[in-house]
Amino acid sequence: MASDKVKTFTDSNFDEETKQGVVLVDFWAEWCGPCRRIAPIVDQLATEYDGRAKIGKMNVDENPNVPTSRFHVRGIPTLVVLKDGELVDTIVGLVPKEDIVSAIEKHLG
Amino acid sequence: MTTAAHGADREVVIIGSGPAGLTAALYAARANLRPLLIEGLEAGGQLMLTTMVENWPGFRDGIMGPDLMTEMRLQAERFGTEVVQGNVTAVDVRKRPFTITLEDGRTITTAALIIATGASARWLDIGSDRKLSGRGVSTCATCDGYFFRGKPIAVVGGGDSAMEEAVYLTKFASKVTVIHRRDTLRASKIMQDKAFKNPKIDFIWDSEVIDVADLEKGEVTSLVLRNIKTGETSHLAVDGVFIAIGHTPNTSLFKGQVELDASGYIVTGDGTRTNIPGVFAAGDVQDHVYRQAVTAAGSGCMAAIDAERYLEGLPSVDETTDLASNATV
Repeated sequence: MASDKVKTFTDSNFDEETKQGVVLVDFWAEWCGPCRRIAPIVDQLATEYDGRAKIGKMNVDENPNVPTSRFHVRGIPTLVVLKDGELVDTIVGLVPKEDIVSAIEKHLG
Repeated sequence: MTTAAHGADREVVIIGSGPAGLTAALYAARANLRPLLIEGLEAGGQLMLTTMVENWPGFRDGIMGPDLMTEMRLQAERFGTEVVQGNVTAVDVRKRPFTITLEDGRTITTAALIIATGASARWLDIGSDRKLSGRGVSTCATCDGYFFRGKPIAVVGGGDSAMEEAVYLTKFASKVTVIHRRDTLRASKIMQDKAFKNPKIDFIWDSEVIDVADLEKGEVTSLVLRNIKTGETSHLAVDGVFIAIGHTPNTSLFKGQVELDASGYIVTGDGTRTNIPGVFAAGDVQDHVYRQAVTAAGSGCMAAIDAERYLEGLPSVDETTDLASNATV
């Protein structure tokens, strides 16, 4: 899978990486079973939206600040869509790929 | 190929990828039926939400649920099962061959169908719980317990899974309050003992959750409880609430086509047969009694064998042009 197109967001690079354009962030952790089901979809989206939207993952274990303090994540998988740094959509739990696609499409110009 | 599949794309399609679906796939593949298995949204089933499974025979030290499901899937694929990711959006078993529509719009026809769509966690049916899902309300302790380190939380329910979640959550939470509608637990003795002797677990009996606050803040701050015997309401301050009040079968695709019981489970008889010849059901979608991984796997095996016998009894395509009227065992 083309997972090299998937960005890795961290507490330190988050603001810089997400300040422009449409960004999808997948909050996940190793121990989260359902996150493993979202992962291949996120991989596909990274290829499909290459150059149009930034698709990335953020490990909640390794990044204590952005997921819980800023986005109040209390369960994973949680996906958020940002536009120019602003939160515009939140998807909680397992959803079909189409739902994620439409959340991204809605905010692409 | 068309002849082998009785005029359909496939001889057998399996919907669902938990222990029932994957075992059906394993047996169907070994019977050279080249099964197609459609994973569904909650791929891997309920065991993907568990940690250590201690009652799967053959693993005396237990095995992690997600690891067990990975092994089952690889084993089914090794014998020729084709696995398709994604969800089924429609099923038509009123005409033969049966038609299955996937979320990307693709359709597949099949001579036999094995339904192994399982069951999903029930919610409280009060509205506010779903709205605060991922904001402090959860149906999966292993997924979300981590976010409640040092915080007070509640578990709703009185069965085995509620006790398992409560005990598991004491690893993170400062205190776990179990809220149950009755004054005794439904859980097995061994799970009750584990919960009762855990100093971090308290119980509120005879009570139900009638509201989850705070919708405006977008996070859980407290629960409104009602005592069923006295009618009194009270508040319980918690940062999170885990709901473990059972499951509902995933049968909405089959409503009006396959016979369901009053609770929505598929009715099976004579093995795994449904009221439609050629449609079989296995696992939690047809079982509200045992609901174990091993019983689901067992019924998946039965469904594959039942489907194989059904297919053997079908006339081959060149013998008849009218499959619909002759497709009975």
